Amino acid sequence: MGTAVVTAPQQTRSRKLVKLLRDGDQIAHLVTFLFAASVFLVTVFLVYELWIHSGPSRTKFGFSFLTGKTWDPVAEQFGALPFIYGTVLTSIIALLISVPLGVGAAIFLSELAPPKVSNACTFLVELLAAVPSVIFGLLAIFTLVPIMRRYVEPFLKHTLGFLPQFQGPAYGVGYLSAGLILSIMTFPFIISISREALLSVPREQREAALALGATKWESTWQVVVPYARLGILGSIFLALARALGETMAVTMVIGNDTGIHTSLLSPGYTIAAIIANEFTEATGDVHLSALVELGLVLFALTMVLNAAAQLLIVATTGKGSKQP
Amino acid sequence: MDRIARRNAVNNVMLTVTGLCTIVTVSVLFLILGYLIVNGWRSVDWNFFTKLPLASGETGGGMANAIVGSGVVILIASAIGIPVGFMGGVYLAEFGGKTVPMIVRYTADLLNGVPSIVIGIFAWTVVVVPMHHFSAWAGGFALSLMMIPIGLRATEQFLRGVPNSLREGSLALGASKTRTIISVIVPAAKQGILTGMILGVARVAGETAPLLFTSLNNQYWAKSLNEPTAALPSMIYYRAISPYEDWHRQAWAAGLVLLVLVLVANIASRWVLSRGTSAQRG
Repeated sequence: MGTAVVTAPQQTRSRKLVKLLRDGDQIAHLVTFLFAASVFLVTVFLVYELWIHSGPSRTKFGFSFLTGKTWDPVAEQFGALPFIYGTVLTSIIALLISVPLGVGAAIFLSELAPPKVSNACTFLVELLAAVPSVIFGLLAIFTLVPIMRRYVEPFLKHTLGFLPQFQGPAYGVGYLSAGLILSIMTFPFIISISREALLSVPREQREAALALGATKWESTWQVVVPYARLGILGSIFLALARALGETMAVTMVIGNDTGIHTSLLSPGYTIAAIIANEFTEATGDVHLSALVELGLVLFALTMVLNAAAQLLIVATTGKGSKQP
Repeated sequence: MDRIARRNAVNNVMLTVTGLCTIVTVSVLFLILGYLIVNGWRSVDWNFFTKLPLASGETGGGMANAIVGSGVVILIASAIGIPVGFMGGVYLAEFGGKTVPMIVRYTADLLNGVPSIVIGIFAWTVVVVPMHHFSAWAGGFALSLMMIPIGLRATEQFLRGVPNSLREGSLALGASKTRTIISVIVPAAKQGILTGMILGVARVAGETAPLLFTSLNNQYWAKSLNEPTAALPSMIYYRAISPYEDWHRQAWAAGLVLLVLVLVANIASRWVLSRGTSAQRG
């Protein structure tokens, strides 16, 4: 650079060139910015569209929509409570099963298994997360439901039948079956994120506990797990958000009953399932906008949970740190 | 001594329990695959890939239109989702300041968490309602929305992983920022980005809920992109809830084909990524 003698016309030409290139940078900056901004705009637009299209239902029912217990398209009476109840109930059943199972597996994979086995198992579990929802539904209809009807539900009635949760006829379809299939669909998230959280616990924590004479389990349960608790909690929130919004598998086994039932063996409904079933056959504007409003409710529920999950996961594992 | 024996017993029992949890969770994948193979493999024949579905109750027929329809809808989704995800990711990693990328990243995570059925409603309001009919366009649009966040975050993550020395080297040679991104940074991160894109396609390939009221379903060939279009996942759903034995058989076959496609795409993406990292190391 220093040796070249730069004459005046050359200087202006090179300056022009530099300017042009810099302009090229600005063009690229602008173009990529527009694409990035479109992600933001489309999300805002999504909320706006849900809000607008749920208008007739919102003005007609107000907040009583959330507490209404009847869903009668013929009388144009719409209340969301049976669906909110079904959604929350199936998700709770799912978490009661998937949390112990998922956290247990995550502990094994992070603390006990040799790295190669751990990575292989995690890969298989993450593949499970990639299995399409409709395939879970297919298996549930033809294998889980008959098993539930013939063996599991009669057994539950026989042993726990004194509880109102386990009474009534065994249909096979219902809250319990939906919860079971949801538990299988959610534990991959719990395992893979909890494992990350557990792996990011500093080695010194384990060594200190072991040096004080703790057994492997005591060090894991009393030191490592509490240290990673926010990340594990985050994974549970994320799993809950997935369970609430899950559509196809649940739609195929929930049983489509618009009542509110105490019994877990009874058919019910979830928000996502009623939207899937009635949206294309909606009779009239109020019915349609009530379904869109249900979508809005579901959106709000999952958004809050997702945001909480993101905060918790970032708080434990740090931004993108994956080192054990 | 008694106390220590008890603690050791608890230790052994609990560690075994965690091992059992792992065995149960890992075996589910093999159970699913096994069930689908047992129930579906006999029905995956030449007719399945080449024939149209027959009327209810008739034996035979295939799902050729659904396979092609899935391909078309996924192509539309990729044509929208991949460029937006990629360019947006480049902005986040290379151009963005602090505030804008933070907002975009947050909304991308938000969009990623939106239940697929709600995405379906949105696509219905913005594509189906103005066009007045269900179409492949609407289905593709819905799926693209699910693809964008995955591609965006993958692109950003892997571009950020490119060492700064590469950027500085290119800039020091006099290349502009744009040239540096095109010729140096993106090629260095291409395996990672490709992985993200494959995962995005694999995720939407199995989605049914967003298609239920966008591309709907079709018993015949869709003559244009403006017509209702059959897709493999929605075909599985309609077949599975039908009362016909022969349709159930086809649902199993379609399930097997779909699962194999999705698993292969996932495994392929891992393979691309591992090849990329070993090439960088060696």
